[in-house]
Amino acid sequence: MSDDKKRGLDSPLRRKLLMGIAAIPAISMFGGPSFAAGPATSAVNTTGLAVTDTEVTVGILHSATGTMAISETGSIEAEKLAIAQINEAGGVLGRKIKIIQEDGASDWPTFAEKAKKLLVNDKVAAIMGCWTSASRKAVLPVMEQYNGMLYYPTFYEGLEQSKNVIYTGQEATQQILAGLNWIAKEKGAKSFFFVGSDYIWPRTSNKIARKHVENVLKGKVVGEEYYPLGNTQFNSVINKIKLTKPDVIFTDVVGGSNVAFYKQLKAAGIDLSKQALLTISVTEDEIDGIGGENIAGAYACMKYFQSLKNENNEKFVAAFHKMWGEKTVIGDVTQAAYLGPWLWKLTVEKAGSFDVDKIAAASPGIEFKGAPEGYVRIHENHHLWSKTRVGKAKLDGQFELIYETADLVEPDPFPKGYQ
Amino acid sequence: MFGDYSIGDLGSIFVMQGFAGLILFSVYVLMALGLAIIFGQMGVINMAHGEFMILGAYVTWMTSNFFQAFLPSLFSGYFFVAMILAFFASGALGMLVEWALIRHLYKRPLDTLLATWGLSLILQQAYRSIFGAREVGVELPQWMLGSQKVTDSIEVPINGIFVMCLTLLITIAVAYVMYKSRWGRQVRAVVQNRIMAGAVGINTERVDCYTFGLGCGIAGIAGSAFTMIGSTGPTSGQLYIVDTFLVVVFGGAASLVGTIASAFSISQTQSTLEFFMSGSMAKVLTLLAVVGILMLRPQGLFALKVRK
Amino acid sequence: MNDNARFVNRKELMGILVLAVLLVVILPLSLDVFRLNLVAKYLTYAFVALGLVICWGFGGILSLGQGVFFGLGGYCMAMFLKLEASSPENTKIQSTPGIPDFMDWNQITSLPLFWKPFHSLTFTVIAIIVVPAFFAFIIGAAMFKRRVGGTYFAIITQAVAAILTILIVGQQGYTGGINGMTDLRTLKGWDIRPDHAKIVLYFFEVALLFGCIFIAQFIRRSKLGRILVAMREKEDRVRFSGYSVANFKIFAFCVAAMFAAIGGAMFALNVGFMSPSFVGIVPSIEMVIYTAVGGRLSILGAVYGTLLVNFAKTSLSESFPELWLFGLGGLFIAVVLAFPNGLAGIWGDYIQPRIDRLFASRKSGSDPKADSKNGKSFGPVADGAPAE
Repeated sequence: MSDDKKRGLDSPLRRKLLMGIAAIPAISMFGGPSFAAGPATSAVNTTGLAVTDTEVTVGILHSATGTMAISETGSIEAEKLAIAQINEAGGVLGRKIKIIQEDGASDWPTFAEKAKKLLVNDKVAAIMGCWTSASRKAVLPVMEQYNGMLYYPTFYEGLEQSKNVIYTGQEATQQILAGLNWIAKEKGAKSFFFVGSDYIWPRTSNKIARKHVENVLKGKVVGEEYYPLGNTQFNSVINKIKLTKPDVIFTDVVGGSNVAFYKQLKAAGIDLSKQALLTISVTEDEIDGIGGENIAGAYACMKYFQSLKNENNEKFVAAFHKMWGEKTVIGDVTQAAYLGPWLWKLTVEKAGSFDVDKIAAASPGIEFKGAPEGYVRIHENHHLWSKTRVGKAKLDGQFELIYETADLVEPDPFPKGYQ
Repeated sequence: MFGDYSIGDLGSIFVMQGFAGLILFSVYVLMALGLAIIFGQMGVINMAHGEFMILGAYVTWMTSNFFQAFLPSLFSGYFFVAMILAFFASGALGMLVEWALIRHLYKRPLDTLLATWGLSLILQQAYRSIFGAREVGVELPQWMLGSQKVTDSIEVPINGIFVMCLTLLITIAVAYVMYKSRWGRQVRAVVQNRIMAGAVGINTERVDCYTFGLGCGIAGIAGSAFTMIGSTGPTSGQLYIVDTFLVVVFGGAASLVGTIASAFSISQTQSTLEFFMSGSMAKVLTLLAVVGILMLRPQGLFALKVRK
Repeated sequence: MNDNARFVNRKELMGILVLAVLLVVILPLSLDVFRLNLVAKYLTYAFVALGLVICWGFGGILSLGQGVFFGLGGYCMAMFLKLEASSPENTKIQSTPGIPDFMDWNQITSLPLFWKPFHSLTFTVIAIIVVPAFFAFIIGAAMFKRRVGGTYFAIITQAVAAILTILIVGQQGYTGGINGMTDLRTLKGWDIRPDHAKIVLYFFEVALLFGCIFIAQFIRRSKLGRILVAMREKEDRVRFSGYSVANFKIFAFCVAAMFAAIGGAMFALNVGFMSPSFVGIVPSIEMVIYTAVGGRLSILGAVYGTLLVNFAKTSLSESFPELWLFGLGGLFIAVVLAFPNGLAGIWGDYIQPRIDRLFASRKSGSDPKADSKNGKSFGPVADGAPAE
């Protein structure tokens, strides 16, 4: 890592790049793309990708239809915004980015099929996409077989690392541990009740959380419950929560179930201003559906909130609202999706090539100072160093930043002692 | 698992758990009533039932926005207006669908399944295009939130009570319409013998149209009520469809009492099981029990005896 | 009338030959490997559609749970492939090498008992056929012996599909959960991922498909098929004639289940993974739609219907990703309302007579009337849908 830093400072290209990034917001105000002549195509593209002298093709692969469209719409919007901004700022190696968008239709095999189409037929230089773990797992063998590059935005369960994927969201330990530490210290919490949807991400996250609670915090897990995806009745588990009276309710319920869970929690008289609740599955996007009044007071453990106060974020939020409407909210994953195109651009320019192998090799150490969440850096394991933040949900559907780690947290997809 | 708790605690939990079962029961009845009319009385397999419910939910959402913008002083009462609007919106759409689609298919009940499945895809995409892919949050008036304390440790959610009252009201209304009113007699006559009903002067086509509309309208009310406990998005309707069909089939298709009895037994089984095991397993066991019993008693709990 | 006694008549043979030319010659020559692999994926559903022609079209039993059997077959195949992909060398970074990765993530430290036989390919192949057939037999026996039919049967099979999905998702340590079994690599050491393997698999699948078509054709032409149709039309009369209606229904349902399972197994081989998203209610209904579009009474129609719907789905979703549901939904409604006998109906009612007339006018020596009559009988009967 320190090696990377040194190399980074030595490189004149890198310095130019950073200046370039600093200038992006300014350029984007003037508009009018001006494409400098980049290096010759034959030099930057030795593997037959869809790169011409003026254009480079990138795929976007999310669900525009089906149950996951609810969540993935934000990611599509963020990626399109990032690409539009990059194009306005002169593109990548002097080439404008062209988008081919495919619909995964909330169906994992369709994701695999479309990923293959993007790589084999369209020869895209990179794919921004996937949301659920299942879609990523379906796409991963395709990426490895045809040597593609995937920028995956969602926080996820870890236990994976691939040359062909850059994980711009947090893996489980990055998301959970600091939050648990904080709530244990702040609230003196000793007993935890876990509620999750029944699939791999909540189960793995809860497993890590349980080990941390029991071994590190010396607390107790008084209940661990799973409901099928799409379940809408939570009265029984709410009664169990009332019976066990935990200090903290720790939740990773997803999708439509989320809405039902918080509405019923509120209706059952559990007051989130008195009962601590820590969630790792509710972002601003979800609150839109849940309703601020139903979840106000809950704590969420994320790396980004729309309300973050910094220059990058204010510009990002303004640009996002300009492109997609004032009412659109921006959640953690949306921001992580925004990072994908930028990180790819920076990596291409560092590597001086669109070749996937060179990009994979050049990725570790790439820094993005223009990130709305603040400075991020790619780790050797292709995940991001990033801060963990705890926010408190407010009535208006936004989060108030309560706590953030002092330093970037190291990504650790295969955590020792948590398996 | 109960060793650590006092008798008082346990007692109140069992009361609340029983209440949770009752809420689930009301939800099931509300979901199933509309379908019991459409499927049970008319034999139409309406796979778009969930989408009619979600239409009601969207109507509720729009009404709440309207009241917030123009009539903030009356906001606390908007929900009743919304439910009535939801009934008429879903009912009107239902009648339109009946006229355009269903009436051509009465002789082919299995084909209604395919056609309404196509309809449900179209409606989902329509919701997505009109309202956006994201879920919408329906804001409730203050008095409908929170819970009512009965004793120190027993609390019942207000929206649960609301759903229960609503269910009771609608069930009584439907029972009255079906079994006491002149129109209900016509419906039942058409169900039992379409040709004879026509021969004695009943306008069977109009009866069909209104019956379908009534079923869809009740679905709309159910959807409106479910904004209190569930999500409102383009695909939310799909969450309900299997449960709904099972309740109706388990009860015996042509029987209103059967629907209620089956909703009661399924909901109580599920909420009891949920207390002793994880939600997923409880669901599997409940479904297995229902399927198992249906294999032994295929006509459902209460079957209407008619000569075929 | 004589034609009916034979296994295939001339017209049907022509139809099969045309399909064979299309699948064996035209498509492989005109499509690149990527598209050909897509066709292979579509054809796996054609197996299910074929099964539905037998049990729904001929027998009048609508099953909304064919995804269950597709899934069972697919999972059996996937378990074998997954075990092979999880050799101790491939999985040495795990805390327990030699077991599938998802088991390792779920703290399972040894291979569960029911996984062990899937080390053997022979056992796997037998299981692909027997396990779904056994399930179908239990469901069928319980239901048909008690004379459950029509819509009830449809809804109960739907519930079975829901149960199996929740079970697979919930027991992720044993099944891979919602992610399914991914990253399947080799079959007995033969890599199934590269292009040439895809082509071999495609032709193997087409061969299997024609095997199933011939079986279906045989059932249709045999006395069995005629009893099935009779049963669909007037069940009681068949019963009073002394036939055991339930047994015939169970048989048809089991055959449909086996076809679906073969499709599922081919799916796992062709696509390289299996997930619970093929088991549930939505895919099961979609499979019924393929049959309906093709024409529920037409064996070849099922294949064409599957190909057409899937091509439409893929190309619509490529060109209009946000609008393709409108098209798909509209297609279902159109098929049901305007063309209840699907493609085969359109062919039989509009196109075939013209072709016949064309031929008849050219060589007036032949007997056009007999031919067009046969064409009708190959296509659907006029009243179409089974009355229940």
